[in-house]
Order: sequence, then structure tokens, then C-alpha cells
Amino acid sequence: MHTQPDSAGFLPLDRLPALLAALESRGYQCLGPRPDKGAITLQPLEAGEALPRGLQAEQAPGRYRLTHDPHNRYFAWANGPQAIKPLAFAPQESLWRVERDAAGALQFEAVLPDPPAQALIGVRACDLAALALQDAHFLAEGRRDAQYARRRERLFLVAVQCAEPAATCFCASTGDGPTPTAGYDIALAELPEGFVSIAGSDKGQAVLDALNLSPATPQHIEAARLQGQAATAAQTRSLPGHNLRDALMSRLDHPAWDAVASRCLACGNCTAVCPTCFCHAERDAPALDGQSSQHARTWDSCFGEVHGHLHGFNVRPDIRTRYRQWLTHKLATWHDQYGRSGCVGCGRCIAWCPVGIDLTEEVATLTASGDAS
Amino acid sequence: MNAPTRVGHGAPHAATVVARTQESPTIFTLQLRLDDAAAQAAYRFAPGQFNMLYLYGVGEVPISIMSDPEERDGIGHTIRAVGRVTQGLAALQPGDKLGLRGPFGRGWPLQEMGGRDVVLVTGGLGCAPVVSVIHYVLRRRDRYGKLVIIQGVKHAEDLIWREQYDRWAKLPNTQVLVAANEGGALWPWHVGRVTELFSLARFKPERAVAMMCGPEGMMHAAADELLARGLPESHLYLSMERNMQCAVGRCGHCQLGGAFVCRDGPVFNWGEVKALRGRRGF
Repeated sequence: MHTQPDSAGFLPLDRLPALLAALESRGYQCLGPRPDKGAITLQPLEAGEALPRGLQAEQAPGRYRLTHDPHNRYFAWANGPQAIKPLAFAPQESLWRVERDAAGALQFEAVLPDPPAQALIGVRACDLAALALQDAHFLAEGRRDAQYARRRERLFLVAVQCAEPAATCFCASTGDGPTPTAGYDIALAELPEGFVSIAGSDKGQAVLDALNLSPATPQHIEAARLQGQAATAAQTRSLPGHNLRDALMSRLDHPAWDAVASRCLACGNCTAVCPTCFCHAERDAPALDGQSSQHARTWDSCFGEVHGHLHGFNVRPDIRTRYRQWLTHKLATWHDQYGRSGCVGCGRCIAWCPVGIDLTEEVATLTASGDAS
Repeated sequence: MNAPTRVGHGAPHAATVVARTQESPTIFTLQLRLDDAAAQAAYRFAPGQFNMLYLYGVGEVPISIMSDPEERDGIGHTIRAVGRVTQGLAALQPGDKLGLRGPFGRGWPLQEMGGRDVVLVTGGLGCAPVVSVIHYVLRRRDRYGKLVIIQGVKHAEDLIWREQYDRWAKLPNTQVLVAANEGGALWPWHVGRVTELFSLARFKPERAVAMMCGPEGMMHAAADELLARGLPESHLYLSMERNMQCAVGRCGHCQLGGAFVCRDGPVFNWGEVKALRGRRGF
């Protein structure tokens, strides 16, 4: 975000409400961080409502606990369980519906969502990278997903540089953070006295222009740069490379898959919190009067027993093959599909795994020894 | 919040059953026609592609298209009643309504077959996605070399389209080889595995193209046989089956390594899938 320091403005702390007001005046419903059921997620703000300060969470494998930031900052928290994904790729939504008349004739209609325009305050670099991957999947030329497209085009993204990564974060090693570099409308870096603010789109620039910000000083810009550098240095986890395709696909028979399968509960938490997982099931929900039916999709998980089900056999009958499918898709075959890894280093799968399976540790174990297949 | 809209966006076409044939105790063929006459007239498919058939209130299943691509007044699907949707489809009668989305996926490499011997190796209901290739070749007989049709079934009673096999067997330059693991009374063909028929097949491997559809174990064994006989790997194709729900490479269930079988397949060149052949879990 700080590659064009000339265009960076400075938003003093006490003018943060003016940014929210500017977004609201343009018709956006603002979503900001809120403690919700023990975790920080993006929730709708009431008009004029201030963003909460001092939110923070401690994260570790299988652990997430709300804490308080001693410096009382706005964005000193690392990611909660969800951010952008459910707002673009809805956890459940109808794709089409069908009506049946008395004679049995069927009439099909596509169902398109009509979500409000929403401004998301506080999205992180990892989630912007994940959104770019979801865009590649759902909005590819010639096969746009109409429902995803409708939700996606109404999002306004206010990104924030991560100053305090969680212990589970490893975005620096995937090359996706901690400082946002693309995919945002506005990016902020929080400093003690205010925010270095930069636009990443025309609509973001229009909002910043309306705020009449004074330019960020070279000192501000340097402070933000150093803050990003410190956040990179603070990350303790990493992956051993950006492209693990061959390393993993040549180890499909490694004993580590058995070891992780004996711990994995196949609950699917990792796939639910993963910002790039795109699998979904399609199901019909007929109305009780027998006259219509909704065809809906719901997030699905490759850890579920029926994900690989075919008549007569199950492609992935055990947890070993399901965990291996998840990890090799995410880190290996994603390269074949979208030209990069499907992991953005957010670390959610580590924190939200009920038994604390750590993807970076599993990869280290798998790749430590030579070709075991 | 959710507003229905009339435009396409992936919703099925309404279709009507125009004919139903019981092929075996569990296999039946539905001939369908799209209710929208313009959509039916515009409907085109390549042999090897599939449709998603929708049973009202129950759901969809991927079914290969078995009819002749030149046929304009109906779209044929041969189906085995094995699950929730297919058992419901089995109860449909002429005049009944259902939904159809398609065609989807990549079909057989018909252009590459020109001038070559065509070897079709199928097992069980794997014959359905390939029968449209037979029709295609027979309509353009002078463009191809020998046509060798090899079909295997578990039990003799599983063999459908017996009369057609008999008819094809009588055509010039065409060979039909059928095997059943378990024969039966008056079973005129081989008893044993499909791969045992290869020694009887007359074609020039180096100038042939082979297409396979059936159980994966059978296709792997057949591939080994064909490649050992000198068929170039680049001329060996197979049709794969995986869990398919969206049919457009979106829902993720059908992934085979990096491939979405519904969109990148179901027909693959052998070289595209051999790395994961027989690899449990993919």
C-alpha cells in the first residue's frame, strides 16, 4: 500500500468516524469488528456507531481467546474465524427455484440475491489475497457465478495493515501480508495518532477526497513501513516455499498422512474458516405444499463422508485420504487450477482446529524427509 | 431479499419424456425433448458430454448423452436406477416433466479419430457414453479405419442393446467383442474379462485411437493392454466419473488432482490422468 507515498493521506484518530460517515452517506452499510460469541467478526454497525477499541485475541493451535490491547488500538487484533468470504460466497443461498402446476408442468427461474452495498472496515491482506482467489474461481471469464458476482460487486473494502499478527499467522511466508498491496478500495495503517490512508480504486479515492485529508508525512509513511516490517518479523510460522506442488504430490504415501489422520476429527472446521475453500453442495428443498422447490447451495467440506461419494463407492472413504485431499488441493493442485497456492497464511485452520492440527507443522513433517512415495 | 428472475443464470430447462425404454431390469432409457422449441432446436452436444437431469423436488444427476448428435428431436439418456434421483427418474413415463441443464464437459476427440482405426472399450453402463461415438462413426464410415467395439459386463443379463451389438457385428470392417464375467444360458460371447478379448481384436495399434469408459480397474487393465500392444499414449482416451453437483467446475466435488472432471473432462487423454491412476483417494 505504501508504494505511492505521495498519494497517502493522514486520517487523525478522531476523524475515523468521518470515514464511516462518508461511506454511510454513499449508501454503504458499514461492517466493523465486534466481539461475537467469543470471537472478533465483522458485524453491521449502527449509523454513527463508533468502532470498538482495544479488541484483541490470543490465538494458538486449537485456541482462540478474546483479550485486550494494552495500547487500546482499533485494529490490533488479528483475524477472527470469518471475514470477507461469507459476504461474497454465501454459506447458504438459493440458485434457482421451480414451480409445478396441477398438470405437472415445471417452470424454472434463477434466483439472484439483492444484498445491501456493504463497506467492510478492517479486512486484512490475507483476506484480500483469498478474495482474489475466490474471484478467480467464481468470476472466471465465460463462467461467472451470478450469485457470487452480485454479492461481490456491492462490497467496499477498507483494509488495514496487520500490526499484531497472531501466533498462528504466516502470511509473510505465503507472500500475502501483513501489509495490503492490492484488492482494496482504501487501505489504512494504524499509528498512535492516526491512519496512513491510501486509495486502491476510484471509489476509494472519491471517499478519501471527500475527507480532505492532509498528506501523510514521510515520518508517518516510514512508521507504517517499519510497523509492517515488525509484523513480518513477529511471525513464527511459515511454509517451506511458495510452490509445494511437487514436494507434496511426490509424498502421497508418506506415513505422516496416517499420523495426522489419527488426530483429525474430520469435523470440517478448517474448511469452514478457510477463506479460499470453495466447495459447496447443491440440494433441493421442496415446499410442503408440493407446488415448488428451491435448489440451494450450502458450503461443503472435503472432510465430509459424502464429498467423494459415487454410487457404489466412495473416492475418499477414510480421514487419511480426506485430509490429504484438503492439503494437496490447497497447497499443490491449486497451482494447476489458479496458478498459485490456495493458502494465504491466515492461520485460521490452525486456531480453529479443535485438536490443534497445525498445517505448517504437517507440511514440515511431510517435506522434511525425502521422497517417501 | 432473493428475487427470482426469468433470465438463464444456470437454471434448468423444462423437458418432457417423449419415450421410455426398459433396457434391463435396472437400466432404462429416457428420450427427452426441451419444452422450449427454440432451445430444443438450438441444442447441440458432442458425444461424450453429459446433462444434469433434475427430478422435481429431489435433485439432479449427471447422465451422459447416448443419442446421435445429428438427431434433432430428442436427447437420449440411458440410466441405471441406483440412487434417490435415478430411482425416481425410472418411474417417469412419456409425457412426464423434468429439468435438464447441459450439455457439459469435454467430449470424445472425434476430430483426431479421422483416418484411424477406432477401438472402443467399455464396461457395464460405460457403453452409454460411447454409443454416440459408434453412431457418429457409422454415419461417416468412410472417414475411419476399422471399428472395434469391445464391451464387458459382470453378468450376461447386464448386457443391454444386444440387437444393436448383433447388428454392428455384421457390418463390414467392424468387429464386436463382448465378454461377461459370468455367462448364462445361450450366452454367445466370451466368458471372462474384457482384457481377454484384446488378442481377438484386429486393428493396427500404431494407427488406432482408443476410447474407454467403465469401471476404473477395467480401464486401467485395458490401458495396459493397449499401450503394451503399441497404441500411442496420446491416442488413448477415457471417460471418468466423480461426484458432480454443479457440472461447471464450481462445487469442487469432482476434483481429480487439479482437474475438475465435470469441466476439464469427463473425457481425458490418458497422459492427463495417468499420474493418479489407481491412486486411492483421488
